[in-house]
Amino acid sequence: MKDQRPTVILFVIFFVGTVLLIKLFMIQVVDDSFMKRAENNAIQRVVDHPYRGLVYDRNGKLMVFNNPIFDLMVVPREFTLTDTVRFCTLFNVSKEELIEGYNAAKNYSRVKPSPLIKQISNADFARIQDFLVDYPGLFIMTRSVRAYPTPTASHALGYIGEISATQLERDSLGYYDQGDYVGLSGLERYYEEELRGTKGVKYKMVNVRGVDKGPFKEGEYDTISVAGKNITSTIDLELQRYGELLMNGKTGSVVAIEPKTGEILAMISAPFYDPNQLTGAAFGKTFQKLNVDASKPLFNRPIMATYPPGSIFKIVQSLIGLQEGVLTPETTFSCNRSLVACHNHPSPVNLFGAIRNSCNPYYHQAFRQIINREVSSNTFKDTEIGLNAWREKVLKFGLGSPLGVDMSGEKGGDIPSSALYDRIYGSGRWKYSTIYSLSIGQGEMQVTPLQMANLAAIFANKGYYYTPHLIKEMDGDAKKIPAKFQQRHEVGVDARHFNLIQDAMAEALYGTANRAVIEDLVIAGKTGTAQNPHGEDHSVFIAFAPKEDPKIAIAVYVENAGWGGRAAASTASLMIEKYIKGKITRPELQEYVLAGNFIY
Amino acid sequence: MNSTEVHINRVDWIAVSIYFALVIIGWFNIYAAVYDSQVEKSIFDLSINSGKQLVWIGTAIALITLIMVADARFFENLSLLIYLLFLGLLIVTPFFGKEVNGQILSIGVGDFRIQPGEFAKFATALALAKVMERPTFDLSKRNYQAIAFAVLLVPVILILLQPDTGTAMVYFSFLLMFYREGFPQRYYILVLGAIAITLLGLWVENNLYLAFFILIAVGALIYLGRRTWQRILAFSLIGIGIIAYIYSLDFVISKLPLHQQNRIMVLFNPDLDPLGVGWNITQSKIAIGSGGLLGKGYLEGTQTKFDFVPEQDTDFIFCTLGEEFGWLGSLVVIGLFVGLLYRLVIMAERQKTRFTRIYGYGVISILLFHFMINIAMTIGLFPVVGIPLPFFSYGGSSLWSFTVLLFIFIKMDSSRATQLGRLN
Repeated sequence: MKDQRPTVILFVIFFVGTVLLIKLFMIQVVDDSFMKRAENNAIQRVVDHPYRGLVYDRNGKLMVFNNPIFDLMVVPREFTLTDTVRFCTLFNVSKEELIEGYNAAKNYSRVKPSPLIKQISNADFARIQDFLVDYPGLFIMTRSVRAYPTPTASHALGYIGEISATQLERDSLGYYDQGDYVGLSGLERYYEEELRGTKGVKYKMVNVRGVDKGPFKEGEYDTISVAGKNITSTIDLELQRYGELLMNGKTGSVVAIEPKTGEILAMISAPFYDPNQLTGAAFGKTFQKLNVDASKPLFNRPIMATYPPGSIFKIVQSLIGLQEGVLTPETTFSCNRSLVACHNHPSPVNLFGAIRNSCNPYYHQAFRQIINREVSSNTFKDTEIGLNAWREKVLKFGLGSPLGVDMSGEKGGDIPSSALYDRIYGSGRWKYSTIYSLSIGQGEMQVTPLQMANLAAIFANKGYYYTPHLIKEMDGDAKKIPAKFQQRHEVGVDARHFNLIQDAMAEALYGTANRAVIEDLVIAGKTGTAQNPHGEDHSVFIAFAPKEDPKIAIAVYVENAGWGGRAAASTASLMIEKYIKGKITRPELQEYVLAGNFIY
Repeated sequence: MNSTEVHINRVDWIAVSIYFALVIIGWFNIYAAVYDSQVEKSIFDLSINSGKQLVWIGTAIALITLIMVADARFFENLSLLIYLLFLGLLIVTPFFGKEVNGQILSIGVGDFRIQPGEFAKFATALALAKVMERPTFDLSKRNYQAIAFAVLLVPVILILLQPDTGTAMVYFSFLLMFYREGFPQRYYILVLGAIAITLLGLWVENNLYLAFFILIAVGALIYLGRRTWQRILAFSLIGIGIIAYIYSLDFVISKLPLHQQNRIMVLFNPDLDPLGVGWNITQSKIAIGSGGLLGKGYLEGTQTKFDFVPEQDTDFIFCTLGEEFGWLGSLVVIGLFVGLLYRLVIMAERQKTRFTRIYGYGVISILLFHFMINIAMTIGLFPVVGIPLPFFSYGGSSLWSFTVLLFIFIKMDSSRATQLGRLN
């Protein structure tokens, strides 16, 4: 009896296996109703693209909005093509375009949707809608492209474009899909996460023919899209447009800042382009054209171009000297042209006179006193210590590294440290006579126009600044802007030292830039000339106004336009007048700037 | 021969190979089950279950190594201690464990959690083998039956307190091992008969037909046999009892908790509520049924995506296999399970000690039960019971407990030459 039992157990095991296999054979092979039900069960994942946030100017004028476009999407695995010719006539594409698009989609993913034909016009969309049911694996995705009611501020606003393969790979959270639009530059890129909103997903049950059978599980897995946040920019649309009018046909930058807040009122990079050209179907072609253009219209000069600061840097030197006690308002030096070239003016000069006349030998001598403090008996060592200590103070003016404006690609410029000279000349083999060019803002020193505008804001504020920024409000709430833009930076120079500087800057206007003078508006300004080894010097001017209660600080760079007192000072003066008075009282000056003949 | 040596030549490589084949096929299916075409992730990605399963597999191999280098007699000598240890863990689980969906199944610290209910299976198998190994232990005698059932029922009661009906059911699979060790055959006939009548009672819509059929059967039996009044009375009472049982079934079921009621009713008519309770079974059958003969291809399944079938990487893992590899894939996996069980019977029968044979049948019982119930559940032959498919389903506790269970026996088998024969 007992010996049969293992056999019975083996029989049970085989019996169980056989029963399971028979049942499986019945439902898998014999009964094909499950196959049909599975097909009826197909789930379609429909992405609900949110509206990208709008952008307004500081006065609430619309700058960027959305325009709907239609993309024909394909899921390669579900898509089969029998009659290519009919398809091509229906959808109005060439056979080559179709094959290329299909292969690209297949290479990306066989199961994820990719765009097959992009940006179908409204008319085409209406026509093909009815034929779509004949083509499983195809569907229309509605999304929107950016549009600009006023073609302005292209660099500051930036543009959006299709996400690149490398960006997709870096997207570790898996938010983006092939064909998604992302901000590629400017505000669009910096505030991508805020502007883009949150995608929604709907799971729809569809049958073999793609007919909607209602939401999957009553929409339990569905999420609704959340529109992106609206951004109010700090830009003043009127001022921006006026600046673009003045800079039209020229190369250079204008950056205007509200000193008390760090808000960027206008930011012009010339040459510029119409942002409407970089949207929709035209994007690819326009981008190609702009990208190869020799005048580099895509180059965002205010934050990417760097120049030596030139004479304007003398103000920073004066402030450091005053704060360190090396200089007093009464300190005088002779205009000794054997040290460094200068132009005709009375000599010797005190500090006020040095700023007013932009005296090079004065700063040559003053800077030596700032650097060589005789902390070391070794003059090489002493210079090294002095240079590095001086550099720390200069960096506090927001120079030498990116300020942190809310745009990508900002350059930091350069304020040299001892390491640079050690590399060039060798350690202990350079001294003041090697680096004296720094005293007048020349030599191994680079700043961006944005940093220069920020300097003007510092002079206006008597010693502090807010990091310049383009965002004023997020969804109408000023508190939602990044905290770093609400933080006050001190430059480490007492406010009292700025009084003399401001007076001298106001006075200097009459000397070097009398074109910039406005009768009933006191402007404090300083001209500069950025030396250009490749051609005419660049015309530079910084200013703030009104002197007693500064509302605007501005830096203007006009490339190859010679003296700062002509092109740059005139442009800055017009911008200031436009912003503060709201009108232009000197049409002849405007004509002068528009004509653009600054070399004579 | 030194008994602590690993008897590598005597390891049953057939059983080991089938084990690894199942584990690896299971791993690939877990990836298919969690695979989301929208977020293409590697099978090794630790953020998804296939990546984690690979970690469990790696640690399972470490466990195997530990078991294989241990002394085979270690498990025999410590069997009661191991049993008591896991009983202790089962007792403390409701107090210190983590509650999920009203059940407290796991215990541990942070992410490292084990389910004592899973591991108590092999501990109970060891304990049963230990108490039953004496030559005088005769399962046809009441007092020995009482001892065996006591060892079996203590963990069952503790697990029912968690409450985890599915796992508790598994322990009754030891009845198969009891059968091999001489538990009287008549009980099995009675139980199987009762099950058959219950199923009939539930399956046939109108109980009147069944009652009528039973009356005819009883009448025939009375008429054909000796017509003494005792027999007539006995058969009549049995017949009336069965009919009363059938009629009371509906009442009993209506007293069960609602979710268990639904699970039973859906078995007989899945279309009762295809979007509600019938959902799991319907979707599971659609997934498996749509696989056809050859399947849709690896990762090409459409039904096992979007959580059509809940818990498709654990209890419903067979759906993925059925859909993507079709009937042939099912044949291979069922063949592997049957082959493994067949091999284990051969191995159990060649043991020289009663202890190892009993343990071997304990392993066979548990594996057969899991295999049978799990797959039967996915194809609608059995109510939905939350028990995993051995070596296949995702989960550390499940994989480890089955691995330990199996490899202790493989270890015992490999050192059988060193054992003194003590079979009766």
